[in-house]
Amino acid sequence: MKYPFPVGKSDFIQGDEAIARAAILAGCRFYAGYPITPASEIFEAMALYMPLVDGVSIQMEDELASIAAVIGASWVGTKAMTATSGPGFSLMMENLGYAIMTETPIVVVDVQRSGPSTGQPTLAAQGDVMQAIWGTHGDHSLIVLTPATVQEAFDMTIRAFNLAEKYRTPVILLTDAEVGHMREKVDIPNPEDVELVYRKLPANEEEAKYPFGDIHGDLIPPMPIFGKGYRTYVTGLTHDEKGRPKTVDAEIHRKLIERIVNKIEKNKKDIIEYETFDLDDAEVAIISYGIVARSAIRAVKMLRSEGIKAGLLKLNVVWPFDFEMIEKIAEQVNAIYVPEMNLGQVYHLVKEGANGKARVELIPKIGGEVHTPQEIVKAVKRCEKCI
Amino acid sequence: MRKEVLISGFGGQGVILASVILGRAAAVYEGLYAVQTQSYGPESRGGASKAEVVISDEPIDYPKTLRPDYAVFLSQEAYQKYLTHLKEGAILIIEKDLIPHRNEEVEKKLKLKVYALPLTKIAEETTGLSLTMNILALGLFVALTEIVSREAIEKAVLDAVPKGTEQINLKALHKGFELGEKALKGEL
Amino acid sequence: MYLKLSYEIRDKYLRKDMLPTIFCPGCGIGSVLQYTLRAIDELGWSKDEVVWVSGIGCSSRVPGFVDFDGLHTTHGRALAFATGIKMANPDLKVIAFMGDGDTAAIGGNHFIHAIRRNLDVTVILINNFTYGMTGGQVAPTTLKGLRGTTAPYGSFENPFDIAELAVAAGANYVARWTVFNYIQGINSIKKALQKKGFSLVEFLSPCPISFGRRNRMKTAPELIKWYNKITVPISKAKNMSPEELEGKIIIGEFVDRDRPSLDEEYEAYKKRAKKMMGWEE
Repeated sequence: MKYPFPVGKSDFIQGDEAIARAAILAGCRFYAGYPITPASEIFEAMALYMPLVDGVSIQMEDELASIAAVIGASWVGTKAMTATSGPGFSLMMENLGYAIMTETPIVVVDVQRSGPSTGQPTLAAQGDVMQAIWGTHGDHSLIVLTPATVQEAFDMTIRAFNLAEKYRTPVILLTDAEVGHMREKVDIPNPEDVELVYRKLPANEEEAKYPFGDIHGDLIPPMPIFGKGYRTYVTGLTHDEKGRPKTVDAEIHRKLIERIVNKIEKNKKDIIEYETFDLDDAEVAIISYGIVARSAIRAVKMLRSEGIKAGLLKLNVVWPFDFEMIEKIAEQVNAIYVPEMNLGQVYHLVKEGANGKARVELIPKIGGEVHTPQEIVKAVKRCEKCI
Repeated sequence: MRKEVLISGFGGQGVILASVILGRAAAVYEGLYAVQTQSYGPESRGGASKAEVVISDEPIDYPKTLRPDYAVFLSQEAYQKYLTHLKEGAILIIEKDLIPHRNEEVEKKLKLKVYALPLTKIAEETTGLSLTMNILALGLFVALTEIVSREAIEKAVLDAVPKGTEQINLKALHKGFELGEKALKGEL
Repeated sequence: MYLKLSYEIRDKYLRKDMLPTIFCPGCGIGSVLQYTLRAIDELGWSKDEVVWVSGIGCSSRVPGFVDFDGLHTTHGRALAFATGIKMANPDLKVIAFMGDGDTAAIGGNHFIHAIRRNLDVTVILINNFTYGMTGGQVAPTTLKGLRGTTAPYGSFENPFDIAELAVAAGANYVARWTVFNYIQGINSIKKALQKKGFSLVEFLSPCPISFGRRNRMKTAPELIKWYNKITVPISKAKNMSPEELEGKIIIGEFVDRDRPSLDEEYEAYKKRAKKMMGWEE
């Protein structure tokens, strides 16, 4: 197959562009979107590439429709993606819930900018973390990935598709204006070297009768895609294993929702990815994700050079969340610092994980700029002195 | 070897493009790590424009400049805003005609190596197009800093400029090389 | 016209384990569903090549009762989902079963844009002038002066004429009937299903429980009489003045044309892209 961009070599491209190319290599063949800064470059790249690889790229009337079209495409068996930023992400919350409830594999990219509302359209933020995890109503779970570099934006886009397909769930690639617009070296693999996962399909007619049943005991039902003769009914209402609406049966509701949550929670170990820097002997831990983690790595180096035993935990996945791992770190260190481009979001998760075993301090920054390493160093030193 | 480059001027001068070409030369043609970031106002033309490139032989953590080793200033505003940010001993290229007011005290204190040339005018004389000033400045920059090879920057320029303008841009780039050589020999 | 027994249609197309339906006595949705199934039956279409899509409301529960692939989605968004289905697999035929609130209020934007694109979908629209499922609130179709729980003193807003809206937005086929025009209804659905591009068949459909009761028409027969009073065949309407048409609803075939559909346009677009990039001659 021919690709509309160079493969098997390095390139120097924006994060947004990397996401689009990775999606194509991951097998995405349907993109629906609505223009919005700073995510439009993803759409523009998809618009350029999709017709050439016999895929669809379509501009919808709004973000409600974009994610709806993407879910529709997924039900006919096409890997599908949409991308947006805060204001559009807010609109997508409705059908994100529908994708969770109907267990539809899709990838949603949120290139975060400052909010609330239209906020600072061109500037980065990390203010959508809680929205990505909890923004849609009702009990649920899903997967949220947080790239810090353009290479990670590329790699995690492919991983987002693989996780979506494997767990039959929406996956959010939660990046930001800084990573989205930054140009960086990316190694684009040969397509044959890209490991791809495809959703489990029903093995036979009998399996297809249970599009929402845990028939394999792995909590993930095979997905009988439309047009194959299975005649599957899919609804956002509470439904039984066969997909029939059962809206007042507490037991059926409990079983459905617990399975949807547990297929993520019980597979945490497979889903969660993180990196550590100098954490083994650290007395002070910094926990960070996305673009800010890059400042934090430098801050750790600077703190170490000043004799403070600092270490970093860089989260590549912010949901599901490994509360137990945070508690272990909290047992080891005196204090945990959480620098975020918001007024405290992952901070609350870390605090819950630390379970009182260590002091947890937020290093917030809003207004559009990434924390400088010095700002993190200063905040750590100020607090370390005040103990 | 983390090296930080700051390029700033106003919209329409090709600040962003110059930074992208430099980053591309380093990342694609020299096998180095490079990050290019930019900030500009919401207006498409005329507003202040700033681009940063960090180049290193190892993965780059903080992607922005902390204390730039090199800078190119193309407007009075850029000069005033960022001069004091530069690292001691930094190499600074400035568009002489657009920066009439200099702060010699700071330049001296920071021991800057300053190369002030009427870049726009030279570009116009060289190629007939003042637009090629950014490429000329890149040539000068590479000759002075040797941060990437001349072959690498040439290839990156050819990747980035519109079809049909290759020769004119190479001409500007080579003029930049020539000016750099002269400057290093103290012949300017 | 020969009509098969209803039992035959029922047994062939409905999911027995989903019955009975949720519809109230006197509701018109079941009738329109039957017309749609009869149209499919007469066309000889396979159950495996049609996908039913719906939003939220009484009529939107229909895909659950029929033995086809079906996507019962969120309020107003059926056509947005349908866009993904059709464009990702143009071989599938798509029917959107929708209500008036779903179509003209919360889904109004999706509706006009799906038509503007000429998405190849057939919309079967149940217009009962009310929000039946949530208990009889006024809709964007409620005629001025008629009552709903959210305008208890009579609606003070201007209603939408959905069929005219669809014509103006560029639909390929638009017809409107009352539930009691069953022969015309079935024929229109057959035409609409076979039409490439956007087609709409709107039915004025009784909702005696949520709508009729509040407007002194407690039973379906009373609503039929009212439909007879307010509807005018399109041929007759042509010769009537705007004053005479005030408060009337026109029924009949509004438009029948063949503009290229979205998927056809996209196929051509893909070819153009490959040609422009030098990938194909």
